[in-house]
Amino acid sequence: MQENDIKFLEDSFKKYYFEHFDLIHVPNRTFEREFGFQKFNSGMTRHISIKDDKELHLLLMRNIPSDVYCSNGYYSFPNLPMNEKGWKEADLIFDIDAKDLNLECRKNHTISKCNECNEISISNINCAKCNSTKLEKKSLPCKNCIDASKYEVSKLSKILIEDLGVQPNDIHVYFSGNEGFHVYVYNSQFQKIGSRERSELTDYIMFHGAIPETFGMKKFKPNRSSFPDFQEKGWGGRFSKEVYESKSKRSKIISELIINGYSSFQKTLENLSNKIGAKIDPNVTMDIHRIFRLPGSLNSKSGLTKIFCHDITKFDPYTEASFLHENSVEIIVSCPTKFKLKNRTFGPYFDEKVSVPTYAAVYMICKKLATLS
Amino acid sequence: MIALGQDEIAKYPFLADAGQYLKDKGFTLEQFGTDPDLKQLVEKAFNRIEVAADGKIYQSDLIADQASNQAALPREVFSFLLAIVLLKLSGMTTLIKRFALAEARRAEKYLEKDLANISDESKKQLAIKIIDDLFSIQVKKQDDFFVIPVSDYLTHSINFHEREWKLINRHVENGLVFLSPHETVRLIRKELGTYINSKIINAKAPPMISSFEEPVNKLIILSKKFSTYTVTTGEYPPCIKHAIKILEKGENLPHSGRFMLATFLLSKGQSIEQISPLFKNAPDYNERVTLYQLNHLAGTSGSGTHYSCPSCEKLKTQSLCFAIPECANIINPLQFGKKRS
Ligand code: SF4
Ligand SMILES: [Zn+2]
Ligand SMILES: [Zn+2]
Repeated sequence: MQENDIKFLEDSFKKYYFEHFDLIHVPNRTFEREFGFQKFNSGMTRHISIKDDKELHLLLMRNIPSDVYCSNGYYSFPNLPMNEKGWKEADLIFDIDAKDLNLECRKNHTISKCNECNEISISNINCAKCNSTKLEKKSLPCKNCIDASKYEVSKLSKILIEDLGVQPNDIHVYFSGNEGFHVYVYNSQFQKIGSRERSELTDYIMFHGAIPETFGMKKFKPNRSSFPDFQEKGWGGRFSKEVYESKSKRSKIISELIINGYSSFQKTLENLSNKIGAKIDPNVTMDIHRIFRLPGSLNSKSGLTKIFCHDITKFDPYTEASFLHENSVEIIVSCPTKFKLKNRTFGPYFDEKVSVPTYAAVYMICKKLATLS
Repeated sequence: MIALGQDEIAKYPFLADAGQYLKDKGFTLEQFGTDPDLKQLVEKAFNRIEVAADGKIYQSDLIADQASNQAALPREVFSFLLAIVLLKLSGMTTLIKRFALAEARRAEKYLEKDLANISDESKKQLAIKIIDDLFSIQVKKQDDFFVIPVSDYLTHSINFHEREWKLINRHVENGLVFLSPHETVRLIRKELGTYINSKIINAKAPPMISSFEEPVNKLIILSKKFSTYTVTTGEYPPCIKHAIKILEKGENLPHSGRFMLATFLLSKGQSIEQISPLFKNAPDYNERVTLYQLNHLAGTSGSGTHYSCPSCEKLKTQSLCFAIPECANIINPLQFGKKRS
């Protein structure tokens, strides 16, 4: 990224931080957390402790970080090297990202930028200009992406509450600032479990590794009566809704399942995980030493804020997470697809000079589609 | 501790305080060496170890839940306590481990029966209490099942590699996992073995009594059958070779051993892709977890901290060191085989 673009992003970020201290707070049990931050065009600074909001705000103003992070883990000595920190426990966190959902719409708004000649085009395997295969993909998520992510959040919340006994008010959902949501679970029975246990928990939530016997199908002599029914709690009930569709079809479908046999049933279960399992990133949940974007901070991939969603069904990230200024700036931009921010539609732009509000300029510069003119 | 009745001590003899038990019964160890009637019990104890070493479960004189006759009860307990004395005197840890495992399997049967007991509520309560006291798992009865918190279930079940133990293949509701008595007890098998093992390891070895010498010597010979360790030379130090061998056999290498092996090989410049297949045979192998842990150790993930191979001294305390003459003068396995200037 060019010097003047970085300067512009830093100025915009600094202004945001200065004006929105009310949105950015240290989490509770501050002393037990590890913080970290990154600056534009430079590496990560980790293993730092922060006392309170005041110290955090000072850090933001002094360093103007591109990204700010905080651990979900609680440590005795958060600012020591990892193996001396003394891990105590960690909140359970789930990452749901539109890019992992295999959505049809993605191909319409994934832009590739050629690393060789900088040509920007709608997703391709090769650069349209120089044929290079070294393409950097940038996505400008659409409403469908967000809706699909929300649906995964609601599937996840149901499993957490109904199966895993999590209290609804201990689940906090945040827009990640880019393409998805972070779901935090506090005060659960899972605070102290390690990464192997968390990995096993993710398999449960994603509906991975189910065996036919669990759903009444045996290799020899399947037992009709032990197939799940609609009113069953947990996966039995979800299985029923997805596989039988309606009460009247249950008996007929069970007969089919038995005729098709054991290995076909195993396939059915594998396919089901795509439908009824919640699509979370298992590597995030099992990592008990990770630092996560701090709520209220900006995401340098978009210039949008990671923000708490009071009502996820109504939440619209492109109006509610965009806090930067309206002031117009001139940029040179290649953005072959449209996008919406603060109820205004931008683009498509084909290598042209345009004047846009700061929040839109930051968005496109963060996506590396534009530079200041 | 848990208050135990006579037949309960016979079922769960590892819960008793050995010295106190003998005293209460008015016996001293020496008497077992001299009194011809009591000597029989030493033979019984030896037999109990032999059966365990063979991987079988000792067939006790207890019939169903009750002892066949009143005299059988103390005999049961004595043979267990004497077995521990013999094992301690022999100092053979491989035998102790096998014995602990077999005794755990034996106790498991009784625990299961007690849990499932519908007619005697106190028996069920005792089993629940043992599980809670020893392994801090809160078991509750719910309809026909026993339920335990999901988190407790996970910490135990991740050591199993059969798919039916995966959480997804369990009935889970409201943060609880539903289990049968058999499954509840099966869940703690390994810990029960570890518990009995550590109780034996931590027990004080009594002084040798002349008439114990013969059975103890027989035990030492017996244990030779099970030691598989052979000295090999080559580029890797014995501690590393030993760890690799355990993994190749598909046996369980403790966390400390895996840590040593991974950090050693990483320091030798091996890549995570080269190292991770080594762990494939481990009973609790999970590709995702292994990669995560290796990345964590290598410092390529999140923390950025690079972990180094523990010192020989540390490994000695973890019983991972198998020093040979070539190990002289080195303080870290990484120095093994390097010429010192
Ligand atoms: S002395 Fe060091 S190198 Fe040799 S076996 Fe023991 S731990 Fe390994
Ligand atoms: Zn190109
Ligand atoms: Zn989309």
